[in-house]
Amino acid sequence: MVSIKFLALIIPVLPLVGFLLVALNVKRLSHSAASFIACGSVFLAFIAAVTLFIRLLNQPEDARTFYVHAFNWIIAGDFHSTMGFLIDPLSSIFLLIITGVGFLIHVYSIGYMHDDAGFNRFFSYLNLFVFFMLLLVMGTNYLVMFIGWEGVGLCSYLLIGFWFKNQAYNDAANKAFIMNRIGDLGLLLGIFLVFINFGSVNYADMIIQAPQASPETITWITILLFIGAMGKSAQIPLYTWLPDAMAGPTPVSALIHAATMVTAGIYMVARNNVLYTLSPIAMNLVMIVGLATALFAATIALKQNDIKKVLAYSTVSQLGLMFLALGLGAFTAGIFHMATHAFFKALLFLGAGSVIHALSGEQDMRSMGGLRKYLPITFATFLIGVLAISGIPPFAGFFSKDEILANAFAHNPIVWGIALLASLLTVFYMFRLLYLTFFGDVRASQHVMSHIHESPKSITVPLICLAVLSVVGGFMGVPEALGGSHWLSEYLSPVFAQSVEIVKQRGEEHAHLTHATEYMLMGIVIGLTVLVIIIVYLKYVRKKHVPVADAQLAGPAKILANKYYIDELYNAIIVKPLYWLSNVLDVFVERMGIDFIVNIFGSSVPEGGKITRLTQTGSIGYYIFLMVIGIVLIVTYTLIG
Amino acid sequence: MLTTLLIFFPLAAALLIFALRSKQSHALAFGAACIELLISAVVVYQFKTGDAENLRANFQWIERIGLSYYVDIDGISLLLVLLTTVLVPFIILSSFGKSFSKPSTFYGLILVMQMALIGVFVAQDGLLFYLFWEIALIPIYFICLIWGGENRGKITFKFFMYTLAGSLLMLIALIYLYLHTPGVHSFDVEALYAAGQGLSGGEQGFIFWFLFAAFAVKMPVFPFHTWQPDTYTVAPTQGTMLLSGIMLKMGIYGVIRWLVPVVPFGVITWGYTAILISVIGIIYASCIAIVQKDFKRLIAYSSIAHVGLIAAGLFTLTATGIQGAMIQMISHGIVVVGMFFIIDIVFDRTKTTALADLGGIRNVAPKLATVFVITLLGSVALPLTSGFIGEFLLISSIFQYRAWLGALAGLTIILGAVYMLRTFQKSMSGDTNTLTASVTDLTWNEKAVLYPIVVLIILIGIYPAPILSISEPAVAKLLELYSPLTAIR
Repeated sequence: MVSIKFLALIIPVLPLVGFLLVALNVKRLSHSAASFIACGSVFLAFIAAVTLFIRLLNQPEDARTFYVHAFNWIIAGDFHSTMGFLIDPLSSIFLLIITGVGFLIHVYSIGYMHDDAGFNRFFSYLNLFVFFMLLLVMGTNYLVMFIGWEGVGLCSYLLIGFWFKNQAYNDAANKAFIMNRIGDLGLLLGIFLVFINFGSVNYADMIIQAPQASPETITWITILLFIGAMGKSAQIPLYTWLPDAMAGPTPVSALIHAATMVTAGIYMVARNNVLYTLSPIAMNLVMIVGLATALFAATIALKQNDIKKVLAYSTVSQLGLMFLALGLGAFTAGIFHMATHAFFKALLFLGAGSVIHALSGEQDMRSMGGLRKYLPITFATFLIGVLAISGIPPFAGFFSKDEILANAFAHNPIVWGIALLASLLTVFYMFRLLYLTFFGDVRASQHVMSHIHESPKSITVPLICLAVLSVVGGFMGVPEALGGSHWLSEYLSPVFAQSVEIVKQRGEEHAHLTHATEYMLMGIVIGLTVLVIIIVYLKYVRKKHVPVADAQLAGPAKILANKYYIDELYNAIIVKPLYWLSNVLDVFVERMGIDFIVNIFGSSVPEGGKITRLTQTGSIGYYIFLMVIGIVLIVTYTLIG
Repeated sequence: MLTTLLIFFPLAAALLIFALRSKQSHALAFGAACIELLISAVVVYQFKTGDAENLRANFQWIERIGLSYYVDIDGISLLLVLLTTVLVPFIILSSFGKSFSKPSTFYGLILVMQMALIGVFVAQDGLLFYLFWEIALIPIYFICLIWGGENRGKITFKFFMYTLAGSLLMLIALIYLYLHTPGVHSFDVEALYAAGQGLSGGEQGFIFWFLFAAFAVKMPVFPFHTWQPDTYTVAPTQGTMLLSGIMLKMGIYGVIRWLVPVVPFGVITWGYTAILISVIGIIYASCIAIVQKDFKRLIAYSSIAHVGLIAAGLFTLTATGIQGAMIQMISHGIVVVGMFFIIDIVFDRTKTTALADLGGIRNVAPKLATVFVITLLGSVALPLTSGFIGEFLLISSIFQYRAWLGALAGLTIILGAVYMLRTFQKSMSGDTNTLTASVTDLTWNEKAVLYPIVVLIILIGIYPAPILSISEPAVAKLLELYSPLTAIR
């Protein structure tokens, strides 16, 4: 029986070794060898994660937390941070998803990237990403999490700009990295505050000491940490990098920008649930930002025509729903939706990738249509993904979304209403996407259609696996009202127990919804969802509506298609002023100011010399004259003095 | 004895190289630098095994003016000595394959420079320190003047005069302190500490500014920095490496050894101002770096920003801040030498450092690009690189001092990413052009310099404990002085 410590150490080390093997032999390894190493290392990590998970399940419920110490990392003055891992139900769920979905996407990439010159480089980056992502969720303290946090940002940067000849892609990569760094600064300051107030950066110490800290401190910490989450998980106002990040190869969009990295913020807030619960202000902020992002991004998705852009805004919106859940104190619901979303959004992205692959790189849905006959497996799995994200029972998204909506209703019907609107918009744009892509007339050119083919097995098998997960994934959290026991909630309960206790003490528990109410809510949601699907069907299938060219848009549609002009706004109020300031500093302060003054000092010496030189005329009479004046002055001075 | 050997071995080697005028001067110099590295390894061994007494030497030199030859190595000195002995072989190696006029002079001067630098880091006598400090200026002045680029006469003259002016302020402060030493006047470090600490608050303030100005010019800290971008740009690459990698640490070291313990009241009174200036400098230099069009100049400004952070962290007078400064000095030295070498390689192949003319080098020189990425990550302080340890500790200490100053200093992690990623994009990414299409990848000696550098960047980032533990006791001892004074703060 291998020890938990061994498993915890081996899980991140495996992809790291994979990365090193591939990266150091990029030129030497054949494509098949590189992909074998990369996929194999993640697969072994997955096996280890499953073993670890089973080991945890075999432990009694209150003894499922393990701290694994690797070595002392930074010791300076009174600051101390170890390199170590925390294994508990929360991290184990993330481990399963990262290695499991990660492995499927690795396999998918073999087919998707097969003729790319940077094939080996691609796989080395993917492995490195998995390593950092594992560190992020396994870290035993804030600093190890921060390693992963910035590390995944690096991999995201490398992979968005993977096709580095294209400067637009590089711009997108830079934007992602810099915008994430804005969030990271917030996170870093939050970590400083944690250290100053708790004298340690370990989660374990934080949890013990948090209840004694002042509410203002906790609010500051949680808000600063949340700024980090806004960056990494693409929430208002730091979300604009994510749609641009679609410049990266599609497997990257699925793995990093849908299933794993962007959920880091969810993980972080859930990991700090005690702190957040102690700060109602921060909870409200998380809820409002989540809700606003969910709705805002969903409206933008309505008018996008790039298949990946729709999915990108959808991800932003779904992440908003997860934050909404966290902000409501429904931490399990947030994690639940994170898990199901990882399945169906990875599936949707990979499906979109399969379509793009089949259409020789076409991403505009206006040039798609009628593909279900040509790509039967892609279509079938994609349909499952769409049903799952739309919340059709019994697909995975139904249960997780339902739980969030029920919690929202218990909190405040208005919040529920807005969240419902966001999820109905989701149904709208997802079916719009589905119909435009797979139904109606074929709009791709003859040339493209002559090359069309269903994707190879390495692509379709991961699709099928994810489709299965999107069907059954929801059963880990079937609510009581539907006769389930909500296994996930049980499993995660030790992680959130202290928060539940705090809320109980405050007497702020939400009254449990009656089953009747829950049935009613489900009925309303499902009814409206079906209605929306019918509307979309009539518009895009019956009437064969195809979105018009962007130039012809007007009014609100134009604003939506242009994403509310937020990029332009940021450009005008942040980027341009920064460059303006920098230029002013460079030209006026640096060169014409400071350096000018320095040079005056410098030139004053020879200039001064030129002036004093004038007194040296060489005429003896002049010298005698000066001497007399001098003597007179001295005599006068001594007489008076 | 060992310390003396450490100081004067490079000088002996330099004299030999001057005398031989050999065509193989570069190899001789490299060999000497490697032997020096070995000597420093023995020093580390002595230090670790507790034979620290052996590292001290103290005897009267010119009794009438209280000058003694007093050298010693504590943890703070040792780290900087190591930085010097590790970097110099790489700096020499980086010049292989290039032809210099008068090679024996060039390499000899580098070794003279090494002697002076080590002298600065081990001197325990104020005047001896000052002597080494000024001697260090001479070889680097000639290196820049003889082998520099366009307009070098004017620029190196400005550099020389500017730093000399700063040094004179230091000399005045040292003499003032000397005249206040108790008993028989001496420049002995303890005597000077006693003298400084005995001064009134007002006097300490004056001494603080005289010394600070000297050190601030050397680092350089805003607004004493305008000699630096021009000098870095015009100097030959090895000169720039010496200046940025090691010489600027003289200023930081000066603050730690010859300012902080000398006038504690002055430091407490004016530390806040110094931090404020430094933090302004971080943002100021970062902003200017954003709009630089020249690769080398951009790195010069980024160096000012990094040094500003070190200075700000130092003046928080916390163990975190000073330990952060120590490790950041090491990291910055390694990173900046790597960075300037990369620029040199790019210039060597394309004959330009204008970012607008570059681009696409990744396509033709992937190894160079990879090395650049890792060095860049060290520069923008990504975790698991050496840069992170230092920046984290420094920003953390500033944040504890005043939260808003910490937040402002923290902007460096955003602005650093802005200008470094832009630099990478402009030079390495995109498509090749006529200048960059024929760029060849790293040669053997370039690999021999850059591979160890990137390994060090990552290794220190993963396991910084050996470095931090070397300076920890010395830093704790330094701060003991302040523990009774913290109440006043």
